[in-house]
Amino acid sequence: MAWKKMKSMVTPGDYYFSGDEAIAEGAIAARCNYYAGYPITPTTETLERISVRFKEVEAVFMQMEDEIASIASCIGASWAGAKAMTVTSGPGFSLMQEGIGHAIMTETPVVIVNAQRAGPSTGQATRVGGGDIMQARWGTHGGIPTVTLSPWSVQELYEQTIKAFNLAERYRVPVLLMAEEATAHLRERMNIAEEVELFEREKKPGAAPFGTEEDDGVPPMPAFGEGEKLLVTASTHDAYGVRKTADSVTEGKLTARLYNKIMNHREEIIEYEDYYLDDATIVVFCYGIVARSSLFAVEKLREEGNKVGMLRLRTAWPFADRITRDIGSKVKKIFVPEMNMGQVVGEIMKYATCDVIPYNQMNGEVIYPNTIIEQLRRLL
Amino acid sequence: MTDVDLKEYLRPGVTLPFCPGCGHRSLLRLILRAIYELGINIDDMLFVSGIGCGGWIASPCINGDTLHTLHGRSLAFATGAKMFNPKLKTMVISGDGDLIDIGGNHLIHAARRNMPITTICADNVNYGQTGGQACSTTPKGAVTQTTHEGNPYYPFDICKLVLAAGAAYTARYLVTQTSEVISSIKKALQIEGFTFIDVISPCPTQFGRQNRLDTTREAYKFFEDRCVTKEDAEGLSPAELEGKIITGEFSNGRS
Repeated sequence: MAWKKMKSMVTPGDYYFSGDEAIAEGAIAARCNYYAGYPITPTTETLERISVRFKEVEAVFMQMEDEIASIASCIGASWAGAKAMTVTSGPGFSLMQEGIGHAIMTETPVVIVNAQRAGPSTGQATRVGGGDIMQARWGTHGGIPTVTLSPWSVQELYEQTIKAFNLAERYRVPVLLMAEEATAHLRERMNIAEEVELFEREKKPGAAPFGTEEDDGVPPMPAFGEGEKLLVTASTHDAYGVRKTADSVTEGKLTARLYNKIMNHREEIIEYEDYYLDDATIVVFCYGIVARSSLFAVEKLREEGNKVGMLRLRTAWPFADRITRDIGSKVKKIFVPEMNMGQVVGEIMKYATCDVIPYNQMNGEVIYPNTIIEQLRRLL
Repeated sequence: MTDVDLKEYLRPGVTLPFCPGCGHRSLLRLILRAIYELGINIDDMLFVSGIGCGGWIASPCINGDTLHTLHGRSLAFATGAKMFNPKLKTMVISGDGDLIDIGGNHLIHAARRNMPITTICADNVNYGQTGGQACSTTPKGAVTQTTHEGNPYYPFDICKLVLAAGAAYTARYLVTQTSEVISSIKKALQIEGFTFIDVISPCPTQFGRQNRLDTTREAYKFFEDRCVTKEDAEGLSPAELEGKIITGEFSNGRS
């Protein structure tokens, strides 16, 4: 494994950053050296900060003509050897879906941040939403999974940006960091560590860049200009990139490996945090900023002696199926507050045998702790 | 020089994927010949293509680094690769529908940025791969699968458009003007800026068939009859220029 501990490119210490700024600094810490983007609320601040900071670290910044071009140029740069990133919000994320599919099919490492805002469509640009979580899994056609992270704080936006690059390089996939307007615009104290652990792209001259012996392997990735005479295509292709546009064996083999390389490694990928699960009879399943409200609510109810627990998903996709099945077989009820009309709750229902109760709020506001307390009281 | 000299530039084992009479086969040879004559090491180059018949010229035929992209987005992908590694001599080869219709926005922005990319538009004036529908380069009045009573719209003068957007150099030739095409590709490859060559590459299979151009010869003659040189065009009235295709080199003097 090509893991390497490196000194942070960002001066270590405590900072008072906004989430948008933390994303930019996380990218620099991950040694991202190509950024392409298009202004969009609520992540314009990341674009602006990168435009200044990338000059200082001698990385390439491009303001493109739209989000389609942004993701496209990131894929092009990644194949030229870059660690590439683009940052956007709902409407831009929708425009990027075809590009995300291209990155999945060509196994291109690239990081895409979506600070979700209130939707659908143009919705409320400066207000929060959580309606794109299913889009992260199913937005691009074809249904092949990639990795999606869900941060709940400015600190975690910084750390998960670095993690997103590592996962992208490790599995050669686009990694989606699903932030929310509330964390992107939130300003709070955070810390930058002295060292950062990074996964370096694996190279093996002459090796097949699009195939492995195993049916869930990640091939080494060469770059343009290395004399490999690469055939990079998002058409169905064999291990060397030769297009096989009407061959069912190749299509079956390729799609199985693209699926398996994520799903068979999901135990390594999935991260979650659990709180007060030992004796809990009701568990709140949550992710993103709603998890902060939920934790406040759970602790308040605990103080009153209620057996309430919480599970926070740090990885949205692949879905944490094992722990969900586990908890679902032990507790009476799972409560799922979401800033959408019910998305991850459906996934929980797939695996949990207990009662699963959704709570949906889609009004441009974070679900407040009091709302969650009130809802939980009804279930106690 | 014969075709044999260019074999090393063709990917081993690849059968050229073009229909009988397709101009793209000739265009591939002209591109490789220009590279050969300039003595460029093909491993220093990157070939980027989009979707459609024109997307099959570079990938899989050319034996170098190739990036086959999404429909219309080849210039955006190429921009990322070129900006990150400026040493890659980057050439985009794609069709008119891909570069100009669905990819038109990326085209004018690549020109505006004067991005150092040589763009070859394999212009067959229709969507060949999907069976011959009208696109933004289809001549007015031409019959296609989506304009059965004749195309009601004028086509783009794409060289003029790209030049106005900021390109360093544009040119337009019929693919049968072999020496002109080769010399303009050579010129473009030596310019450190955005260059665009519109190569009219007849499509006897789709466009020819639907416009009753029953032989390959007629499919080519249709365009030969419409081509006028830039110099000759200067003496013609707008009425006389109606339906004409102006060939030659165009520059805004910025290169």
